[in-house]
Amino acid sequence: MRDGAEAMNAVEVRQVAKQYRRFGRRKSFGTLKSAFLSGSLFGSLQPKEVFHALRGVSVDIEQGRTFGVIGRNGSGKSTLLKLIAGIGKPTSGTVTVHGRVSALIELGAGFHPEISGRDNVYINGMMLGLSRRDIAARFDDIVRFAELEEFIDAPVKTYSSGMYMRLGFAVAINVDPDVLLVDEVLAVGDEAFTHKCLDKFADLRRRGKTIVLVTHSLDLVQRFCDEALWLDGGLARLHGDPKRVIDAYLLDVADSEARQLARAAGSGPRAVMPDHGTDLRTGELPDMSKAAEGRWGSREAEIVGVVLERPDGTPAQTFQSGDPVAIRLRVHAPRPLQDFVFGVGIFNAEGTCCYGTNTQIEGAEPGELSGDAEAVLHIDRLDLVDGTYKLDVAVHKQNGVPYDYHRLMHTFRVTSRVKDTGIYRPPHRWTFSGGVRVAGV
Amino acid sequence: MIDSLRHLLRYRALIASLVARDLKARYRGSFLGFFWSFVNPLLLLLIYTFIFTTVVPSRGGSDETPFALFLFCGLLPWTWFSTALVESSSVLIAGGNLIRKVLFPAEVLPIVTVLSGLVHFCFGLPILAGFFVYFGTPVAPLDLLWLPLVVLVQLLLTLGLSLLISALTVHFRDLRDLVANLLTLWFWATPIVYALAQVPDRVRPIIGLNPFTHLVVAYRDALLTPGPFTSAPRLAVLAVAALGVFLFGYFVFDRLRDTLAEEV
Repeated sequence: MRDGAEAMNAVEVRQVAKQYRRFGRRKSFGTLKSAFLSGSLFGSLQPKEVFHALRGVSVDIEQGRTFGVIGRNGSGKSTLLKLIAGIGKPTSGTVTVHGRVSALIELGAGFHPEISGRDNVYINGMMLGLSRRDIAARFDDIVRFAELEEFIDAPVKTYSSGMYMRLGFAVAINVDPDVLLVDEVLAVGDEAFTHKCLDKFADLRRRGKTIVLVTHSLDLVQRFCDEALWLDGGLARLHGDPKRVIDAYLLDVADSEARQLARAAGSGPRAVMPDHGTDLRTGELPDMSKAAEGRWGSREAEIVGVVLERPDGTPAQTFQSGDPVAIRLRVHAPRPLQDFVFGVGIFNAEGTCCYGTNTQIEGAEPGELSGDAEAVLHIDRLDLVDGTYKLDVAVHKQNGVPYDYHRLMHTFRVTSRVKDTGIYRPPHRWTFSGGVRVAGV
Repeated sequence: MIDSLRHLLRYRALIASLVARDLKARYRGSFLGFFWSFVNPLLLLLIYTFIFTTVVPSRGGSDETPFALFLFCGLLPWTWFSTALVESSSVLIAGGNLIRKVLFPAEVLPIVTVLSGLVHFCFGLPILAGFFVYFGTPVAPLDLLWLPLVVLVQLLLTLGLSLLISALTVHFRDLRDLVANLLTLWFWATPIVYALAQVPDRVRPIIGLNPFTHLVVAYRDALLTPGPFTSAPRLAVLAVAALGVFLFGYFVFDRLRDTLAEEV
């Protein structure tokens, strides 16, 4: 190790691509004969069809950082983790890891059910690269962490799945790695155990160890990680501050969900085209499954920008429930207009209109709209429940004929510590009287 | 490949533990655990002895060596060999979870299979000794010193084939059935129930190509055949061949190593 102001990289991933062979059905079963017939034994191992799990990913993970990897299923997260762990080699590119790696990819992989927990700890530890002496020194810690003092000499087949996992985790974490790779193992296991694992991670962090976490729990990434990487289709889509990466990811997921819904509706038998003239006065818009996102109108006035802002004026796409928010419409009208209405509608992921309003409903008399203009809807409290929402924004005539209608084109996210449900959260509190005692509300 | 072999040495404690685990797991929970491993060879022994001494008398054993003893000397190493190869053909697939999820040299698994077989083979030696006592057949102590060497040659040969089969079976699943059937053929192409001397001259060169022929002859020479150990040259050639098989098997395994995690 060198001393310097610059931090060392614990993991260096350079232009890593990984292709998996995809053999056809016939190839994977009746194979030996066809292998001989179609040429040499080894020639037949050449893939006919390949699946690109990673397509050139480069990332450096500094020593001591906790690094989250997020992305959809099949985006290459686990492949990346396995390559870092050294299970499999990249098809091209290089992976360099400084220090001892331990991978929590599957807990207790390799436990043998018939033999005792004690023997399994030794064998599992040796598989992970410890010597017999190392394990003997750590044995008590492992058993204590797994809370299996009484059962350690019983065969593992008598363990509950929780005990099994605790033991697997205890062994893997006590390898005392410099780089710990974790693949979604916290998703299983009860609350108490999860807390214990998180405590152990925190402990490793304090001691300057590097942790790479692959997970679907964005919450975990946001709370724990110093950095996050979003993988999409085998490419690094975004890398940086966890919150920023998560927000971008969530927006993308919501977008593609909406697209999928729209596509599903488009191919269905009751493909009703949305009424382009539907206005926001009644709030009776067709639900999201029938309407595609889109844009239409005469463009006599054009919405050139939609920005959601925090009170201090910074644009944002994620808000806490109850936050104030301003929806700013930037409009351009090449020629002066006397007949105009601004409208905004908020829809949740199910396509339910949570709220809709426009300047006409609220009694504003249009004067003149010309050149560049801005209309801002200030919402003092965004009392929506946790979820992803979409906006309709429009400028239209008083009779509903649109100049420019943006249908579900703008997405934002509301987060909330309280996971209540519904479409609307009135400001509320609980009070109690009589023979009831309650804490925490 | 040399690196891989050196790397493997670091895992010898793991290999030892896994062999111990194999044995423990096999014998735990079954009443006659140890005994069962020998029921099949003993049954075969009984059947062949009955057939070849009573139904179709054969002169496999000579007058002074009982047929059962003659047969057992070939059957015991064969049982180790064939069991190890059959198990090797499924060991990587059965341990697929390990290979895909834990970083450790995969060849540990077939090696453990072969070594567990070796331990069983050693457990069988006292039974063989019991036969010697029962029949009152003398053993030449000097010849007996050759036995470990013969075992070592068989170990090399079995390891090589086991590595080859285990790695290839991952890619060609039908190899498993092929191996099982090939072993039946191989059994009869080896002078186990008959003596090499009984084989007609026309066929003998073919039987002579079979490495296991020479192993069985060497085993019998060390254990049974009166007179000094005459199989030393035979064993030397076989040792070179076995080493070649081992290196080839390991080479193929090493080449296919990176594909294993993806294919199992």
